[in-house]
Amino acid sequence: MQTLTKAALIVLALSTAACTRPDRFGAGNSVDLNAAGGAGGIGMSGLGDVNDPTSPAYFQQNVGDRVLFAVDQSTLSAEGRAVLDGQAQWLMTNNDYLAVIEGHADEQGTREYNLALGARRANAVYEYLISKGISSSRIRTISYGKERPLATCASESCYSQNRRAVTVISIGQLG
Amino acid sequence: MFKKFMALLLVVFLGAPVAAEPLRLTITDGVIEPLPYAIPTFQAEIAGSEDMAANISRVIAEDLSGTGLFRQIPSSAFISQHNFNTTPAYPDWRAINTQALITGAVAVQGGQVVVKFRLYDVFTGAEMGDGQQLVAGVDGWRRLAHKVADQVYSRITGETGYFDSRVIYVAESGPKDNRRKVISIMDYDGQNTQSLTQGNSLVLAPRFSPTGDRVLYTSYESGSPRIYMLNVSSAVAQPITTAPGNMAFSPRFSRDGQRVIYSLETGGNTDIWMTDIATGQHSRLTNAPSIETGPSLSPDGSQIVFESDRSGTQQLYVMPVTGGEPRRISFGEGRYGTPVWSPRGDLVAFTKQNAGRFHIGVMRTDGSEERLLSSASGGFLDEGPTWAPNGRVIMFFREALGAGGGPSLYSVDISGRNLRQVPSNGFASDPSWGPLLR
Repeated sequence: MQTLTKAALIVLALSTAACTRPDRFGAGNSVDLNAAGGAGGIGMSGLGDVNDPTSPAYFQQNVGDRVLFAVDQSTLSAEGRAVLDGQAQWLMTNNDYLAVIEGHADEQGTREYNLALGARRANAVYEYLISKGISSSRIRTISYGKERPLATCASESCYSQNRRAVTVISIGQLG
Repeated sequence: MFKKFMALLLVVFLGAPVAAEPLRLTITDGVIEPLPYAIPTFQAEIAGSEDMAANISRVIAEDLSGTGLFRQIPSSAFISQHNFNTTPAYPDWRAINTQALITGAVAVQGGQVVVKFRLYDVFTGAEMGDGQQLVAGVDGWRRLAHKVADQVYSRITGETGYFDSRVIYVAESGPKDNRRKVISIMDYDGQNTQSLTQGNSLVLAPRFSPTGDRVLYTSYESGSPRIYMLNVSSAVAQPITTAPGNMAFSPRFSRDGQRVIYSLETGGNTDIWMTDIATGQHSRLTNAPSIETGPSLSPDGSQIVFESDRSGTQQLYVMPVTGGEPRRISFGEGRYGTPVWSPRGDLVAFTKQNAGRFHIGVMRTDGSEERLLSSASGGFLDEGPTWAPNGRVIMFFREALGAGGGPSLYSVDISGRNLRQVPSNGFASDPSWGPLLR
């Protein structure tokens, strides 16, 4: 019974994920924007071989799919910019991929402020990737505020991992 | 024998000096001694109504004692029993230092509950207000009890009650990194909980309409945070068409329920907007590169209080709804967020963070007389105040940080007294207190 309910929930989540933001990616796309690696929801997408430079697995592990931020800040660090240079390069080469940039905050803050802060962080990454020549039609941003922490301990070792912007890539058909 | 003697003594000492003063409890900011009251279990007027009579009496007592303003005298101390249809034996009630006496009778018949009650000022030996009769379906018995308690509270304090009211909140379950959140509704005391959304999408911060029939909240249902309006009785939700932007969140109704004030994020920047629900007309209230969020309207609708980090940290600002320069009102140490204008118009409640601690507090609308009502430390976070309909009590949530932690609802007087956890099944956050029901 419980398994059934769970399965039903997954199907529902997938069906709602499929119709995300048609305005930005052109009508009729069937891209799962909550693809694997993101914290946004249940998604399915082939990861591929980590040794294959064109695979999402390679992007996540070798290029690096996230940048971290200081408390309350949305300024990109030097390390962050280096990771994003790699992302931009990868997206240039693999131009059939779309990217959703998820902005997050740690739990040391109020819900609404953290949503706005997550949006600022996601936008900092968005702007940087655009400045490196990625088309704005391939990227969108979303903020999860403090709603989807990656690490759940109540100390800075976890909070520092949660103050992040994650670039979640998936294959799309651009109209 | 000894007991009887003591009782007589008490009559002499307590009866005489107070006899001339009519019963009145003034709710002040100072510490007060709870007012002792007695509520003999309501009489069953029809055989078979005994359980209902006992339950209604119990809930009335829970409401009154739960305020911290009243103290129930246990029935074991009672000297005489009371018959609803006779004048109380005042000396017997004075003898045990009863100041207010609540008597009642209950009849359950044909799916209906009839409650009669009277309130007596024991020391002046007079009834306070007229006796009343209330009727509801059997399912509404708790509301009947709340209504009686509201009457008692109101007659003794001179303030409007708040027991017959409901709270909308987010019921949370599942692991911290993938919480399932469901918009839910409950009575003010945590009873009669009911889910209003399915839990398929992340939902945040529901806010009651002034009349309690609708709820605004933020949902990720479409893939991006958007504002939805939920009809409480049908549980049907529809998106609100906001001004165009990447993310719309932090909604609240205007006092007339016609407009929505909210935050809109575009290109990483968050500002405050207002949309007329019927006409779809949008107006932009702030235009700054900083984060402006958490807007709340004054009761007369002329001003908003909101939070902004334009100074470098989150602080509270007030500005006219028609536009103009925002005026900063928070100047204490630390940062301030989630402002909520009180229904009386005199105070703003907020969340404050200072030196690693979270507090719920209130200040006057000009920023003076800041008072902290709660203090969360040791791995806890306090957040998100909401006002009781009479502006005397605040509910908020306290979250235990860390992997196994989660949020619970609490209430506290605006004097900072009587901090209490509100019962709930599982984790609960983001409360929004609705109006007194009719």
